[in-house]
Amino acid sequence: MTGLSMSGDGAEREDFREILRLVRPGTRVLEIGCGEGVLLDLLAREKGVDGRGMEISPEGVSACLARGLAVVQGDADRDLADYPSRAFDYAILSQTLQQVRDPRAVLSELLRIAERAIVSLPNFGHWRVRWSLLTRGRMPMTEELPEPWWSTPNIHLCTLGDFTDLCADLDVRIEACAALDHDKPARPIDPSRGIENWRAEQALFLISQPNAVRAPAAPAAAPAPASGDDLFSR
Amino acid sequence: MSRDTGAEQLVGTDGGLLRFGPDQPLRLDSRAVLNGLEIAYRTYGTLNADRSNAVLVCHALTLDQHAAGENPATGKPGWWSKVIGPGLALDPAKHFIVCSNVVGGCMGTTGPSSVNLETGRVYGLTFPVITIADMVRAQAMLIDALGIETLFAVVGGSMGGMQVLQWAADYPDRVFSAICIASAPRHSAQNIAFHEVGRQAVMADPDWRGGDYASQGARPEKGLAVARMAAHITYLSEAALQRKFGRELQRDGLSWSFDADFQVESYLRHQGASFVDRFDANSYLYITRAMDYFDLAEAHGGVLANAFAKARHVRFCVLSFTSDWLYPTTESRSIVKALNAAAARVSFVEIESDKGHDAFLLDEPVMHGALQGFVDSAAQARGLR
Repeated sequence: MTGLSMSGDGAEREDFREILRLVRPGTRVLEIGCGEGVLLDLLAREKGVDGRGMEISPEGVSACLARGLAVVQGDADRDLADYPSRAFDYAILSQTLQQVRDPRAVLSELLRIAERAIVSLPNFGHWRVRWSLLTRGRMPMTEELPEPWWSTPNIHLCTLGDFTDLCADLDVRIEACAALDHDKPARPIDPSRGIENWRAEQALFLISQPNAVRAPAAPAAAPAPASGDDLFSR
Repeated sequence: MSRDTGAEQLVGTDGGLLRFGPDQPLRLDSRAVLNGLEIAYRTYGTLNADRSNAVLVCHALTLDQHAAGENPATGKPGWWSKVIGPGLALDPAKHFIVCSNVVGGCMGTTGPSSVNLETGRVYGLTFPVITIADMVRAQAMLIDALGIETLFAVVGGSMGGMQVLQWAADYPDRVFSAICIASAPRHSAQNIAFHEVGRQAVMADPDWRGGDYASQGARPEKGLAVARMAAHITYLSEAALQRKFGRELQRDGLSWSFDADFQVESYLRHQGASFVDRFDANSYLYITRAMDYFDLAEAHGGVLANAFAKARHVRFCVLSFTSDWLYPTTESRSIVKALNAAAARVSFVEIESDKGHDAFLLDEPVMHGALQGFVDSAAQARGLR
């Protein structure tokens, strides 16, 4: 959704290559914000995954249907609650966390629904962003963040450091992290190192939540709650 | 075409009437039994050699088996001519498409206006109350008689969508893909309320004669027309009505009477009047009742996901329309949620339209595109050409 090019079948996209490397073959994957289904298609073809998608735009969902993908129109902030716990091996949220209303809740939902989550985001701590803010005193506009502040969909930007802090706060373990720099191969990094917070343009995390208290599997099918306030009995 | 099911094919190869013998009664949810069931149906296209390309199209409340081609009763094109046809989502060149009139209907399938073979009299209100599951059970008998084991797709909008869900719940092994459009997993209080208005309008007509109008040579046309007028409003949206009619008058100036001054009044009166020509009042009572009784979760411990527990292999497509307030998107979302909870394979699109509930019958390119994409990819997965 940000500055990454969307041409071709996506196989050349570095973030997609990195996700393909991380996902084990034959697993169940939910991609939130799957667009026209390019990554899901790649995952199905190259990794034999059983993929599902969620996408906010009807055009995107229609394109996914034509690819034969199972995709539901929905909003990450609202509709993740519809999925049962631990229904997937991976939940993928690519370049979207900074666009949701409640990133903390969404992150928790990802790790309720899936064993592991793969999350990528632009790093607001990158030196070019910092330099732009320092020298111009205006909200930075870079290749990763091309829109002015008043029209950007990125309402919850964070730095690499901010994200690792949130993970620690939620008891989320970072199993792997890669820096994605423009047009360069993905570079494995230790996100807790301050220098990476200056160097990485984008980062891609593989995370899990090993110690979380789990609800029993698949409780989501509970009947609709009976209405507490009976309008007509008053 | 018919196997040794004992069913008797009465007309034609592209449909007609199928009559089941006394050895094949239709057992209803009410525990009543219908003997001598007749099913009126139409087919489009050819069943392929391995019988894998059959599509069952399920019709809505007041529609019929004439989904495409010309409707012989009205002379108009079938109600889903924009979906069924050469190059369209359901293509007779690729699919064997079957559409049958529901049990309880009045277009040839056994219903309250049929003659009860045991008494020699028109059923009227002695016809047993039927359910959506009964309609589906009758369809399964038809599909058996046509020699079809598994349906490539079951498709329907509104009440047709309810039948689609019922198929997935009752015959999951016989369904490869299921498309449920502008529908709901149960009737809401508002749905039941509107239907009750319609039924009361019919029953308030003195010519209804306690349901026995057929044998008394009467027709409750006024009551049925009012029922249709009220129902028709629920199929549209405020925006669509406003766009089409606004406050436009039929003639210059007001009549200062209760004539149809406004175009919208005239339109509704026309809808009511033309409806009574083609529909039976008692069928209207029975079919609306079947819809009101529909609650798919209830039969599965109150948990909708349980209804789909054996349908995980089915490819589901759920579609809704933004301006449909009769079966709003929240209803479709509850279906999707249950399918997700059952770990079924579901796709869902909410289509932007201001045409209300009836959008599924109208020219909606986004719906047609979604249907085409879904059907084509399912056909590929099914190994159809």
